[in-house]
Amino acid sequence: MTKAAPRARRTRRRLRAVLVRLATSLLVIWGAATVSFAALQLTPGSVADALVGTSIVSPQVKAQIIADYGLDRPVLTQYLSYLGMVVRGDLGHSYQLNESVGTAIWAQLGASLQLTAAGMGLALVLATVLALLTAKRSRWIRGVSSGAELVGTSVPIFWVGILLLTVFSFQLGWFPAAGGDGLGGLILPAISMALPVTALLAQVMREGLERALDEPFVLTARARGMSDAAVRLRHALRHALLPVITLAGWLFGLLLGAMVVIEQVFSRQGLGTLMLGAVTGKDLPVVMGVVLLTASVYVVINTLLDLLYLVIDPRLREAT
Amino acid sequence: MNTGPLVEVEDLTVSFGTLEAVRGVSLAVNPGECVAIVGESGSGKSVTARSLIGLTGENATVRASRLRVDGQDALRFGERQWRQVRGTRVGYVLQDALVSLDPLRPVGKEIAETLKLHGTVPRAEIEERVVELLREVGVPEPELRAGQYPHELSGGLRQRALIASAIACDPELLIADEPTTALDVTVQAQILRLLDERRGAGTALLLISHDLAVVAQLADRVLVMKDGVVVEEGPTGRVLTDPAHPYTRALLAAIPGEHSKGTRLSVTSGHPQPAPQRPPGEVVIEARGLVKDFRGRRAVDEVSFELRAGETLGLVGESGSGKTTVARLVLGLLEADGGQALIEGRTWREMTARQRREARRHIQVVYQDPLSSFDPRFSVRQILDEALMVGGVPRAERRDQALLLLDQVGLDGGVLERRPRQLSGGQRQRVAIARALAPRPRVLVCDEPVSALDVSVQAQVLDLLADLQADLGVAYLFVSHHLGVIHHVSDRVVVLKEGRVVETGDVGQIFTNPKADYTRELLAAIPRLDQPGAASLVPAARPRPTTEVIQ
Repeated sequence: MTKAAPRARRTRRRLRAVLVRLATSLLVIWGAATVSFAALQLTPGSVADALVGTSIVSPQVKAQIIADYGLDRPVLTQYLSYLGMVVRGDLGHSYQLNESVGTAIWAQLGASLQLTAAGMGLALVLATVLALLTAKRSRWIRGVSSGAELVGTSVPIFWVGILLLTVFSFQLGWFPAAGGDGLGGLILPAISMALPVTALLAQVMREGLERALDEPFVLTARARGMSDAAVRLRHALRHALLPVITLAGWLFGLLLGAMVVIEQVFSRQGLGTLMLGAVTGKDLPVVMGVVLLTASVYVVINTLLDLLYLVIDPRLREAT
Repeated sequence: MNTGPLVEVEDLTVSFGTLEAVRGVSLAVNPGECVAIVGESGSGKSVTARSLIGLTGENATVRASRLRVDGQDALRFGERQWRQVRGTRVGYVLQDALVSLDPLRPVGKEIAETLKLHGTVPRAEIEERVVELLREVGVPEPELRAGQYPHELSGGLRQRALIASAIACDPELLIADEPTTALDVTVQAQILRLLDERRGAGTALLLISHDLAVVAQLADRVLVMKDGVVVEEGPTGRVLTDPAHPYTRALLAAIPGEHSKGTRLSVTSGHPQPAPQRPPGEVVIEARGLVKDFRGRRAVDEVSFELRAGETLGLVGESGSGKTTVARLVLGLLEADGGQALIEGRTWREMTARQRREARRHIQVVYQDPLSSFDPRFSVRQILDEALMVGGVPRAERRDQALLLLDQVGLDGGVLERRPRQLSGGQRQRVAIARALAPRPRVLVCDEPVSALDVSVQAQVLDLLADLQADLGVAYLFVSHHLGVIHHVSDRVVVLKEGRVVETGDVGQIFTNPKADYTRELLAAIPRLDQPGAASLVPAARPRPTTEVIQ
């Protein structure tokens, strides 16, 4: 057999895998859109009332809503025109905020991205350092660290936030107690977001590291004259990252929840605040918009993570 | 430059907590010499080897009255000094490069690592040197191979790459811990030849192995270890021909092969095996032109044979020869793409579901690794209970039957409540055999049943299988890559290569007068005890290295 034939076959197989992947991604987003639409239809009262929520609008506006959404037409037509809106990237209009949902989300996106990026980045760095330092160490070092991790995963985020505020803002006055746009305002929220994530990641990473450090290739590396630190960094760490990736997809959900809580505790602007306001004010267009956005981000993140597996583990490249 | 022994240790004791893994071991390896340590798992041979490069682990306590490595007092070494010795003065090769090389990095990077760590070669020349090293250890297309990952290479190429990474800085001493254990016999011969070439070039070798026959090919001196102690030591020829210690004699007697045919392996005096036996009866399994494709690749190609009641048919071949696939086709676990497997005259396909269940009872299987074929949460009692239930034994009788089965495989009732993990490898395989016997099968498919066992345990299990055949008249379809084992157990042999039957015949004919070139090649590669250093290393028997380039 020539060498080109299997390679061509492999390329074809990979291409098909990517296409399947894209198709399932679209399926997830379509599912999210359909669920949002169903929620809208199932809300008690007329759809127009549901869209308006708790705000009071004039009959003219109401007529406008009915026209916009085609509420006088059959449900199937409504559904299709809603899907059409989604495909065009039009998330509808919030009659409470009196602006388009897209604009409302866009305005809050930056603050939330800052928070999650800072929190996640901090967690990754802390967890990696912690795991590298404590894996396969003496019993008391591991004991102290895993005890701390247990506390970290167990304490509620809002409590951590309040504790940090009390100590560093109210008593020491190092950071602003509310809002704060700059770096100073970001530090405490990022820490409270990072803490539970760090604890979780460190546990998983240490276990992965310890498993890797028991493997024969580590012994081989040591027998070449490699130092312990280099063995951990250059060999074991990469192996320990695989379970972390598996966890990361799930962590995204945790971060969304944490975002809502942290933005409340620290009185920050952001998607969490927007979402909370929309839910309590029954501002359905915004809720639907946020649901769609999260579903899309979720899909994108998980696709990226799947690709990351292939980058880290060459053995998986064969299978795809 | 130091002219004395490269490594010298006296009265070495290594303990883990209260457990003494090695006690009072003394050894020395001189330049250009090959010393071998032979022993079974848990004998302390690997721990001994690791203590020579200071890698016994943090919870080990190493004591010795003398430990010199490369002329220096290693008892005073700190981590830094050890690191300077490792890789430069002493190279270390482990078994199975699939896990002994980092699976996430290309092999070239692993070889380069040794060079980078010790800075023996300027950075710009490292890549070139890696290719050179791969060529030196006989890897074809070294530029291509350097960029490949361990799983993309065949077992032999992988092991060569591992050796290349160990000799990158040209160490005077190479420690090889079971360097050929996971390899096919022809590849094993090639790797041994490579090690021999290094020795010829002046490198001293410390060879660790459970296999006396492998060691006999290379070693000048042999140390036999048991339970952490050296029980016998001497020149290889003397130890093999005139062993002083009973344990060495037992080890030698336990090696299956031509000389052991028809005798028991687990006792030293060459007891004859219980004679079976009625002549082979009617055909119980017939394979007719079996074909199986995997992803467009033909794994099994027109394989035919028959197995008669009460006989043993050996199915031998190297990895990838399709022998396990054939076994699965016979068991009805895979569906053939062509040809048919007849179980007492009927194909799996023509049977109804009910008949298939009935037929499955008559044909049972024993795998290589019983640990993964047992539910880890089941106790031995549950394991046997389930098998007896399948065999239609009423609940009330199952406990007695289980005890009877255990007795048949040489275990007592004490193991009933234990779980697989709490048993030794030999006990586990006995339980696996008991489970297979529970539904009173007529055929036992044994898929590499002793490949994961120590020689002495292997001997016991093979003796047990012989006894059971004599008592119960079970037919064995015995799948193995180990020619010695096949020679010992089989009445007739089928030799497989790349999915095709190369040769079929009586065991005597196959092993004394093979017709096919491939069979001859296989036989020439078997390490032999009676001609130390001869058989596999003569260039005439050298299979072309190109045969192991995969796909």
